[in-house]
Amino acid sequence: MPTLTINGRSLSVDAANDTPLLWAIREQLQMTGTKFGCGAGLCGACTVHVNGEAVRSCQTMLSDVAGKKITTIEGLSAKGDHPLQKAWIAEQVPQCGYCQSGQIMQAASLLSKNPNPTKEEVVAHMDGNLCRCMTYSRIQKAIMRAASEMRTASATSTERRPT
Amino acid sequence: MNEHVKNVTPATAYLSRRSFLVGTAATGLVLGYAGVPGIGEALAAPSNFEPSVWYAISPDGLVTVTCGKADMGQHIASTMAQIVAEELGAKWSDMRVNLASNDPKFNDPVLGAQITGGSWSTMMNFDAMSRAGAAGRMALTEGAAAAMGVPASELTVRDSMIVHPKSKKQMSFADVVKSGKATKTFTPDELKAIKLKTPDQYTMIGVSVPQLDIPSKTNGTAKYGIDVMLPGMAYGAVVTPPVRFGATVKSVDDSAAKKVPGFIKAVTLDDKTGTTSGWVVAVASTYANAKKAAQALKIAYDGGPNAKVSSESLLDEAKRLQKLEDSGQFFVKDGDPAAALGSAAKVVEAEYTTSINIHAPLEPMNATAEFKGDILHIYSGNQFATRSGAIAAGAAGIDPKFVVMHQMWLGGGFGRRLDADMMIPAVQAAKAVGKPVKVIYTRENDMTMDFSRPLTYQKVKAGVDGDGKLVALSHDVVSAWPTARWGIPDFLTPSVDKKGPLDSFTVNGADFFYTVPNHYVRAIKNELAHNATPSGQLRSVAPGWTFWAVESMIDEIAAATGKDPAQFRISLLDGAGKNDGGAQRLRNTLLAAMGLSGYGTRQLPKGEGMGVACVSSQERATASWTACVAHVAVAPSGAVTVKKLTVATDVGTQVHPDNIRAQVEGAALWGLSLAMYEKATLKDGGIEQTNFDSYTPLRMSQTPEVAIAVIANGEKATGVGEPAVTVVAPAIGNAIFNASGARVRALPITAEAVKASMKA
Repeated sequence: MPTLTINGRSLSVDAANDTPLLWAIREQLQMTGTKFGCGAGLCGACTVHVNGEAVRSCQTMLSDVAGKKITTIEGLSAKGDHPLQKAWIAEQVPQCGYCQSGQIMQAASLLSKNPNPTKEEVVAHMDGNLCRCMTYSRIQKAIMRAASEMRTASATSTERRPT
Repeated sequence: MNEHVKNVTPATAYLSRRSFLVGTAATGLVLGYAGVPGIGEALAAPSNFEPSVWYAISPDGLVTVTCGKADMGQHIASTMAQIVAEELGAKWSDMRVNLASNDPKFNDPVLGAQITGGSWSTMMNFDAMSRAGAAGRMALTEGAAAAMGVPASELTVRDSMIVHPKSKKQMSFADVVKSGKATKTFTPDELKAIKLKTPDQYTMIGVSVPQLDIPSKTNGTAKYGIDVMLPGMAYGAVVTPPVRFGATVKSVDDSAAKKVPGFIKAVTLDDKTGTTSGWVVAVASTYANAKKAAQALKIAYDGGPNAKVSSESLLDEAKRLQKLEDSGQFFVKDGDPAAALGSAAKVVEAEYTTSINIHAPLEPMNATAEFKGDILHIYSGNQFATRSGAIAAGAAGIDPKFVVMHQMWLGGGFGRRLDADMMIPAVQAAKAVGKPVKVIYTRENDMTMDFSRPLTYQKVKAGVDGDGKLVALSHDVVSAWPTARWGIPDFLTPSVDKKGPLDSFTVNGADFFYTVPNHYVRAIKNELAHNATPSGQLRSVAPGWTFWAVESMIDEIAAATGKDPAQFRISLLDGAGKNDGGAQRLRNTLLAAMGLSGYGTRQLPKGEGMGVACVSSQERATASWTACVAHVAVAPSGAVTVKKLTVATDVGTQVHPDNIRAQVEGAALWGLSLAMYEKATLKDGGIEQTNFDSYTPLRMSQTPEVAIAVIANGEKATGVGEPAVTVVAPAIGNAIFNASGARVRALPITAEAVKASMKA
């Protein structure tokens, strides 16, 4: 029985090694924030982090994630208060909301590496994530807002550091 | 009282029918009112007329509004709560929402059924929700007056508090509910007589309050149909035939599927509702196993009568039907266009087409069915609970009153979830295996079995007199008839030539607000398309194709007569006769879009141009007023770049300004996506596009700037979810003409078509 390290916990799942990570997360672990959209890596709704990288969980088999650290939308922050989540609320991004877990996870992997992305970098990074409600402009605004808040927070914490 | 009702709302089932209900039920104060019996009986309604119950206030003061509308991202649940809160005087942070079951007591007060579409919800529920809110405020105020021992007329209500300014006494809504003193009831007449607030008194309508559903959509907790988990549940994967409709299963060999771990059974559907044909469900312990089993099934099909039909044959058939003098029925018949065309100084005629389009909401179709005692429980996000419950009952072979539909958040609707096909495999699989079953379509199932926007063919002929005045327009619309498929007479429209009912959801919009003395619109049903590609309502429905033809043709006439296309439109929007009121609003909206875009104020670089369009989507009786100026650049290769869309819309009254902007932007981008990027094709009876690699909705990198002007002039609230879809394609087509001289008449617009027209 494969064991997953997910959102800081170690959980065993009753599924074969060739099961897509998506379905193990959704069905065996009943974490339904990660969504099924296309099953082919074309829409991004199922995006999670594996060792900090955004991956499509519908294209990732359980055997691919042995011993790796998985993060889903449920584990992105303790209280749904990651700067991106707060920015998503501030900009009132979601309409139907179905793609938004994947959008947020995809965006989080950008900001963890690039705290000050240009608009072009945001578009290039996010272009694999479909939003059928077409909330793209608000997604962009929310990413820029979160990036700005994260930079401010990090600058503040740097200033407070004793010299 | 049947078991169904008891199951759904045990706390309110015994409330009386005819009066507005203000009673202290076990859970708190429950407020509702007797709904208007409308077309419900003609619909496949589960049971008789029952009182509607729109909200409850619990002893802790939380106000929970039950939304009878499907929430697919338009935040309609939150909007209903906002309208109630305005008149009730509740604090926004006290508001909660709940999604209604299919109990008829939650039927739309105007439509008499549970159906979400047409951009109808706000306009048709605004009054009812306002009155429900106001009645609650009056009942609470009377209760508080009794408790405080002061006259009710001296009390003020604000932010969930009832205050007596003179004595400085106050009670919260929670206090009044706990006191049990709110006992006032209202008859329908009393309810109608309530004096509602005037717009200058609004404190909540017109404010962009935080949408109640949004936080749950940022942390993974919002529950969609696909997220339903029931104890002991199995999973179903659907195997659909290569032909969209009409195939039958000859044999199923499940010997290989039996080797898949967890496989339970292959169920061949016996669909007497005629919704699906030739489907098999592989049921297994997990969805991954169900999919493996589905792939392992060896199924032999008879392709049926549509196995050779293609997009080309559908179009050929449409052209053949249009040429027949006596085909179709008239939707509009003003004057005598044939005579006027005969004597016209100039005749302009053109054919316009749109391709098959697929809804493709990001949440694939799914449903979970569970038989529990006599009751069939369905868990699925659905836009038409009244009909879908009946279809589920039909699949189960039971009376619709024994079906309880549990509404979920919809991961996109766009009209796709008006249909009930997903109920059938879930119900029949659950029945066959004796367990709850969740059926999830693969994206491939979802695309190839979509109730698509039909392929359309339109022929428009216009006559201009010697002064350049448009005197005649004849407009033939050939398509599958999506609404006729429902089998509900009330959704069809009598033809003006008395040749029987027609599907006005194929011609709406063609009855525009321009003044044209001789004007015919003929609706022609393409029976071949109707059978081979069962069609559905796709965001904006008919105006998505009728305005493509009308607004392109108006531009063509302007070009042929040497007029500025925007000024020409303004001259046609003179408000004469039946167009009075609407025409002027549309003209003003067009002027607003022109102003915001800078239309005609500056010289654009070579290869760039602006195009205008203005529309009265959706139906003439439920119109919003929307105009667009598209700014495009056309390369010598014919490649088109949409640089900016400027959209103006007159919504009458804006309940939630930020949401209107979100809806209008989303709708405009849908319009762009349909105009430029989305095309499905039929070959050998099957849809060829199977996933987002071949059917390609707009992505972020293709998204231009969208500038929006919202006009709120104090008229009644109109719909905003769809109209902007319909205005964009013609605006882009007209902009391409302005930029390059190329006229495109087929959607989606391709570089090849633009290039070919440039040469011509």
